[in-house]
Amino acid sequence: MWEYTDVVQEHFLKPRNVGEVENPSGIGDVGSLACGDALKLTIRVDDNDTIVEAKFKTFGCASAIASSSALTEMIKGMKVSEAEKITNEDIADFLGGLPKEKMHCSVMGREALEAAIADYRGITLPMAEGQIVCECFGVTDLEIIRTVKESNLRTIEEITNFTKAGGGCGKCEEKLQNILDETLGAVKEISEAVKQPQRMTTLQKIKKIEEVLEREIKPGLRQDGGDIELIDVDGDTVLVSMRGACTSCAKSQTTVKEFVEKKLRELVLDTLTVEETQ
Amino acid sequence: MKTIPGEEVYMDNNATTKVAPEVVEAMMPYLTDYYGNPSSMHIFGGQVGEAMKKARLQVADLLGAEPEEITFTSCGTESDSTAVLSALQSFPEKRHIITTRVEHPAIKTLCENLETLTGHKHRVTGLKVGPDGMLDMNDYAEALSDDTAIVSVMWANNETGVLFPVEEMARMAKERGILFHTDAVQAVGKIPINLKESAIDFLAISGHKLHAPKGVGVLYIRRGTPFVPFLAGGHQEKGRRGGTENVASIVGMGKACELAAAKMEEENTRVKALRDKLEEGLLSKIPRSILNGHKTERLPNTTNISFEFVEGESILLHMNEYNICASSGSACTSGSLEPSHVLRAMGVPFTAAHGSIRFSLSVYNTEEEVDFVLEKIPQIIDSLRQMSPFWTNEEVAAK
Ligand SMILES: Cc1ncc(COP(=O)(O)O)c(C=O)c1O
Repeated sequence: MWEYTDVVQEHFLKPRNVGEVENPSGIGDVGSLACGDALKLTIRVDDNDTIVEAKFKTFGCASAIASSSALTEMIKGMKVSEAEKITNEDIADFLGGLPKEKMHCSVMGREALEAAIADYRGITLPMAEGQIVCECFGVTDLEIIRTVKESNLRTIEEITNFTKAGGGCGKCEEKLQNILDETLGAVKEISEAVKQPQRMTTLQKIKKIEEVLEREIKPGLRQDGGDIELIDVDGDTVLVSMRGACTSCAKSQTTVKEFVEKKLRELVLDTLTVEETQ
Repeated sequence: MKTIPGEEVYMDNNATTKVAPEVVEAMMPYLTDYYGNPSSMHIFGGQVGEAMKKARLQVADLLGAEPEEITFTSCGTESDSTAVLSALQSFPEKRHIITTRVEHPAIKTLCENLETLTGHKHRVTGLKVGPDGMLDMNDYAEALSDDTAIVSVMWANNETGVLFPVEEMARMAKERGILFHTDAVQAVGKIPINLKESAIDFLAISGHKLHAPKGVGVLYIRRGTPFVPFLAGGHQEKGRRGGTENVASIVGMGKACELAAAKMEEENTRVKALRDKLEEGLLSKIPRSILNGHKTERLPNTTNISFEFVEGESILLHMNEYNICASSGSACTSGSLEPSHVLRAMGVPFTAAHGSIRFSLSVYNTEEEVDFVLEKIPQIIDSLRQMSPFWTNEEVAAK
């Protein structure tokens, strides 16, 4: 038997806000029947950007249902800009903690919230863009990297508890280890980068950006038959050009904005913006 | 949340059983006054040896075996390991093991370890099962080879109750000079067994599945079968299993076997009728519910039903509210992320496997309990489905 807190039991047995909001402003649909848990979050946002209504429908275990119920309670009355800062840890904390093997339920809550907010804003999330690492549960490298950073994960077992990746056939274990090593390495680099003075000559900037593109971004794109090239650096504006499969990819706008920019900001300079030339 | 003993509606007898009051009574003297060591030379210890002799006879009678074919162990898992490892050591030149894909971890993990941990010295064939959980006997016939050291096939499946034709399979193995072991932990006490007329070489039993305590098991070893002990040590159990005997539990195991023989008829009539009533009631009251496993080639006490679009752990935790005890093959209950290997091997879609519940009855269940469960489960499933994003009224109409 799992040890669930009283709050988890309370939210499981008497879940709040079950159902679907009529004419929702945003819908977040994550998980699947095959994976064993799924959550459909619907929200209504008023003219002041405040979430006035939130409802859920969840298929899953007690902690999935409790996490969903908790999430709706947390975000009701919140500004969207506040709600988007909610992490899976916040959801788990609200519930007085979750068994570590069940943390993925809180991650599912955060993902549904993110998806609902993105839907409300009419944008596509970059997370779905990454490479599938865990075939069994359809988890991408971007999701894993993010969760590793957010929740300070240190082992493959923790990755499985939080994202489910590696919890099926186990064949992706080596890939998970690589992601873990690289991400932890990168986290270290960020803290070092932060320590460095934030002034760089344009030449230094270009060199550093080239490096990051080569190491962090190109390998992933190439696997999908795409590529990226640095065209120019003008002050803090980085001009890039997408090649191959990426040029025809409808979602390349998000790839550039969300992914490349995020990486460059993390690893080079946090004032950089990325623009794409045709 | 607590379930006060006596208030439980216990339908999880394939997980473990209530120790029969008669068994407790038989055991008590050996936990109190009669504490001697059966190996001692004094009469005080020797009296204890007499009690063990009686227990051995009681077990042998239930199985249609001879007392000297009965070896007491610490659990079903030990009996399973002992049988397989003994066969491999008796025929070191043979490297092949045949088993099934739906074995209990006691055999499954052992075979996986033998395949990988011992430097890939052993080759394991895991026989497939069909959608009804049954084996293809042609596959089995083809798998038997001169290199096969042992076949290990469970008699009854713990999750679905499906019965394998182990007697026929043992005969086929014998014709080829291959040893045959069966994990009969779920079968013994529930269906009649007569080993005298079979070709089975090894058979494993566990006490706690037939109203004896946890932590005692039996390995049947057919007379004349080559044997290498698993626990080397003293001369206990005629040198077949070292370690001072768990006397009280062994006495309890004997008594439980005697009771099982006496209640065999009831198990296969009254308990079976209760199971059937429960099963038919749930399947007819709850739309989109599916029976897992063969309908007739099955233990009389077990039913495994999938309720689509809901998840097993949630069902079980709601059942807790009514003190109803059962099990699920869902991923969440196992601590792993994937649903039961048994249901997956049968090709039960994930969508159904996640919502599977196993009810396993015993002679202690009553019709009132079945009626109570039949009243509560449909409500629970319905309330969870109202919460499920996959449940729409079209789903009901689609049936
Ligand atoms: C089919 C089967 N084999 C083996 C075992 C293991 O028995 P024990 O718990 O006594 O080791 C069990 C019980 O869990 C079982 O159901």
